[in-house]
Amino acid sequence: MINKKVANVVEGVSGVKDGMTFMLGGFGLCGIPENAIAELVRLGIKDITCISNNAGVDDFGLGLLLQKHQIKKMISSYVGENDEFERQMLSGELEVELTPQGTLAEKCRAAQAGFPAFYTPAGYGTEVAEGKETREFDGKMYVLEPAYKADYAFVKAWKGDEAGNLIFKGTARNFNPCMCGAAAITVAEVEELHPVGSLDPNEIHIPGIFVQRIFQGAVYEKRIEQRTVQSRN
Amino acid sequence: MLDKNGIAKRIAREVQDGYYVNLGIGIPTLVANFVRDDISVEFQSENGVLGMGPFPFEGEEDADIINAGKQTITTLPGASFFDSAMSFSMIRGKHVDLTILGAMEVAENGDIANWKIPGKMVKGMGGAMDLVASAENIIVAMMHTNRAGQSKLLKQCTLPLTGVGCVKKIVTNLAVLEVTPQGFKLLERAPNVSVDDIEKATEGSLVVEGDVPEMVL
Repeated sequence: MINKKVANVVEGVSGVKDGMTFMLGGFGLCGIPENAIAELVRLGIKDITCISNNAGVDDFGLGLLLQKHQIKKMISSYVGENDEFERQMLSGELEVELTPQGTLAEKCRAAQAGFPAFYTPAGYGTEVAEGKETREFDGKMYVLEPAYKADYAFVKAWKGDEAGNLIFKGTARNFNPCMCGAAAITVAEVEELHPVGSLDPNEIHIPGIFVQRIFQGAVYEKRIEQRTVQSRN
Repeated sequence: MLDKNGIAKRIAREVQDGYYVNLGIGIPTLVANFVRDDISVEFQSENGVLGMGPFPFEGEEDADIINAGKQTITTLPGASFFDSAMSFSMIRGKHVDLTILGAMEVAENGDIANWKIPGKMVKGMGGAMDLVASAENIIVAMMHTNRAGQSKLLKQCTLPLTGVGCVKKIVTNLAVLEVTPQGFKLLERAPNVSVDDIEKATEGSLVVEGDVPEMVL
């Protein structure tokens, strides 16, 4: 067993510097690496580029990094729930690269899987495709999209073991598996860190080979963005 | 004239037995409430769930189980969870049978715009560009006119496009229309709405052939 365990978030995030590019898992506030984000805020590093489907809300998730103006550029598919984000984007303080959601996921997966680029139909004929190579296959047009390059991927899983194997829960899985192994260093934070041998190999979603560091998150708030319920009556 | 629930109810009649369906945010989400219960349908949400169920009972909501609108949801027997790359494999790979989404503008050639108003509103496209570029069966659910009373069915979109030539059918508060090489073909009228009303509210070319029946809801 190759042990990937680090003591805590401080060791997990160590080595990050100004100007780096990070991938961060999560969809909305679901499945975000809460502990790594809090540590990045505490470290106060600047000029970072974040590849993440969303930008959090004003006072949680990546919104915390936005508030402190630590983010230079966001690469996301949807940023609708964050007023500060919209303000910084419209004023030009924040550089934004909006990318179709499936393309964003696949650009991560391509980096993980060793593909330099791929063709997708998404965005053909729109401003997303401007300046990009296009090609026809079987009468349909496609856009060439390169794989992402990132320094760190911060992902969040439900369970993990010291070998870095990961199991996700519900829709908190989302972009997290696609980002594992897609950056130079993948840091996984988990709700439950188990001893090696206690997780069933059949149940592993992401094998530890894609993970360089794993730690148990100290606290998970798991905030709900839209609490929608039905009455029992 | 229909309200939002009426639009959803009419679209629900397009959902057939055995369909996997992706519902967008807004009016499309309401469609699930009106699908006949004697057919088998599974709803896909692009954040990574197939077999979406209704909202949870109070106290049973789970932060780890949400839909693409970030609302807490439940799952039905037979449901599955998956990552975002696999979710869009379902979409791009044409495994999803029907896509229902909202729009700010639709053009008579099937172009759609629904993600950006330059200088004003930029929420992002989310999964909409992947959905419209891939799906063969796309229904747009929207109001016929915007809040200023201007037509949303245009000769050409004025806003940045989400996809080109992809919309096949549109259900609005006034009508059901099909995109044809000649323009928007009027298929059905909403209750108490005349062809004249629809013509006035449609900027793009409207094709009217014979008597246009009233919708059956």
